[in-house]
Amino acid sequence: MSDLMKVSSNPHVRSKTSTGNIMLAVVIALLPAAGFGIYNFGLDALITIVLTVATTVLTEFIFEKICKKKVTIGDYSAVVTGLLLALNLPVSAPWWIGVVGGVFAILVVKMLFGGLGQNFMNPALGARCFLLISFTSIMTNFDCDAYTGATPLADLKNGVDVDILNMVIGRTAGTIGETSMIAIVIGACFLILLGVIDLRIPGSYIVSFVVFISIFGGHGLDFAYISAHLAGGGLMLGAFFMATDYVTRPITKNGQYLFGILLGILTGIFRLFGPSAEGVSYAIILGNLMVPLIEKITLPKAFGKGGEKA
Amino acid sequence: MAKLTFQGGIHPYDGKELSKDKPIKAVLPKGDLVYPLSQHIGAPAKPIVEKGDHVLTGQKIAEAGGFVSAPIYATVSGTVKSIEPRRVVTGDNVMSIIIENDGLYDEVEYPEVKPLEEMTREEIIECIKEAGIVGMGGAGFPTFIKLSPKEPDKIDYVIANCAECEPYLTSDYRRMIEEPEKLIKGLKVSLQLFPNARGILAVEDNKPDCIGILKNLTKDEPRISVKALKTKYPQGAERQIIFATTGRAINSSMLPADAGCVVNNVDTIVAIYHAVYEGKPLMNRIVTVTGDAVADPCNFIVRIGTNYHELIEEAGGFKTEPVKIVSGGPMMGFGIFNLDVPTTKTASALLCLTQDDVSRMEPSACIKCGRCVEACPSRLVPNKLAVYAQNYAEEEFLALEGMECVECGCCSFVCPAKRPLTQSIKSMRKIQLAKKKK
Repeated sequence: MSDLMKVSSNPHVRSKTSTGNIMLAVVIALLPAAGFGIYNFGLDALITIVLTVATTVLTEFIFEKICKKKVTIGDYSAVVTGLLLALNLPVSAPWWIGVVGGVFAILVVKMLFGGLGQNFMNPALGARCFLLISFTSIMTNFDCDAYTGATPLADLKNGVDVDILNMVIGRTAGTIGETSMIAIVIGACFLILLGVIDLRIPGSYIVSFVVFISIFGGHGLDFAYISAHLAGGGLMLGAFFMATDYVTRPITKNGQYLFGILLGILTGIFRLFGPSAEGVSYAIILGNLMVPLIEKITLPKAFGKGGEKA
Repeated sequence: MAKLTFQGGIHPYDGKELSKDKPIKAVLPKGDLVYPLSQHIGAPAKPIVEKGDHVLTGQKIAEAGGFVSAPIYATVSGTVKSIEPRRVVTGDNVMSIIIENDGLYDEVEYPEVKPLEEMTREEIIECIKEAGIVGMGGAGFPTFIKLSPKEPDKIDYVIANCAECEPYLTSDYRRMIEEPEKLIKGLKVSLQLFPNARGILAVEDNKPDCIGILKNLTKDEPRISVKALKTKYPQGAERQIIFATTGRAINSSMLPADAGCVVNNVDTIVAIYHAVYEGKPLMNRIVTVTGDAVADPCNFIVRIGTNYHELIEEAGGFKTEPVKIVSGGPMMGFGIFNLDVPTTKTASALLCLTQDDVSRMEPSACIKCGRCVEACPSRLVPNKLAVYAQNYAEEEFLALEGMECVECGCCSFVCPAKRPLTQSIKSMRKIQLAKKKK
């Protein structure tokens, strides 16, 4: 027995959950959506995904090497960013779109603000919006081998009939990973079962969005209209995978409900009244910017100072 | 009915199966016994023996050094070898009385005691005070003060804290299995002090056998009830157990008595039993010696002052090299750097682990996952508090109610980035508490 034991302040045990295995769980949960994207759009989708993920991981690695910082690519957070970004790109986009987006996401949105945990907006979404504004025609062109013409959401906005079953399954035009509601929900259920995410944000987001479009959509409580809005566009991917991003959502429980409601309303406004059919990305980014304020007004009351619940 | 519990908390590996089925065994000390003069909250005790004096088991060797203090008794017969500073579990050097054990265990004659029914409130309090009883769950607050609130008639509940929520610990469990009568009789002492109070035996539901035994023994006691609590750490924390059993909530500026409650843990209540029914001072306690490094994990009844080395020997030594040794449980215990420290009134366990999570897992950046917020039983935002503590941002720390932290360790336990949250908050709290005292 050695003379001196290791000492430290309590507690002396730690849970097995680590940042790395949380991020890995998110990667696994995104695989159904990614897999469906490849099935739906073909090999080009796979190339975009691989290229984007490689770019985000490499960017983080090179930046940390240059800055002589500890290399943190082992925590899989760059993989999550790359994968999410790729799933948000149209398959027809040229290869360099993913690379430019990946570099922007990691370098500008994440690393320049201090790396993991310090970015104030979701890196993948930040990059998507950057691409959307800079290369609008590329980013909004969903013509590909499999599909020609508008996305279901654009059709919906223009009053064209949409096939809801195809939208739920994902056999429609759109970005690589957003089309299949089923694949996304399967991944989300996996994360919920693991306790990585909960329903506070996605639930309040979706419910408030439904309420908003029922009131202002001009179709009232029309089941088909509401389902089409839910299954179309980036709502599911955004609600379950991007609005729930730990770093850029409020940390307080009530703040998370408030955040979800805010996103629902913003998405509704953008989709119904904006020039574009889609609004999830901008809604979440705007929501991200509100997080410090939301946290400030939703701080929980300390135990013994009111508001006890068993 | 919803289970009795509180909001927040964690479910760590509980390790209780290692020592749960080991009956309590008495350990007779062989070497010198060390009695730190400060093994309670408050003023250190004052020695009343000198080097060379002969003492008997049960003889008072130090008297209370102030109002908030407690006397200390010899637990063996022998000679006072010296009075000098000795290392204790916290790492501090504390003035201690060292007694050379003569191996005879000659006892003093304990004073005659009156039957409980004939004792007045003052007599009971005096008896508990003289016995040197302090909170044996770990806090070490003198028990007689807890039992003498300003308005005794306003105490509605006397809670026996039988939760034992700290992982690995089985000392209270064994006590409830083997000597439940002492616990119930001890609780009756408090009930006599507080005529309007009801007694609650609050047990976590991972101990159904204890709940059965206690229910059976108290079925004819109209004033005592057994309550099963949801198994969750820190169910046995004072504020949490009061809330779970009575629905009343207190904060750091209040005492349990402000909510009409008095809480004592199992070993403390048994010590009250020994003092009031048998006239014996506090001389021993149950210590669980456990962990994956220990050859034969055990529950020992240990004379206070016994060296930890002897406890490990008694448990068959180490089967694997320990990397970390903790006095107490893994959540709130003290890491000790060697075994050369004495058993004190507040030492509930000696835990020897073959791996140290803390040094093995390197802290990384906070990802704001919110697990600490979910787990915090005081409903704070630990990740922010820890940042404020590290940056010494006093105002922000206080504004976010940092002083309401109970240092239970839940936030550090759940943190996926392995950040030392509890530790940072704890150091800031210490600084702030010290400032308040000035």
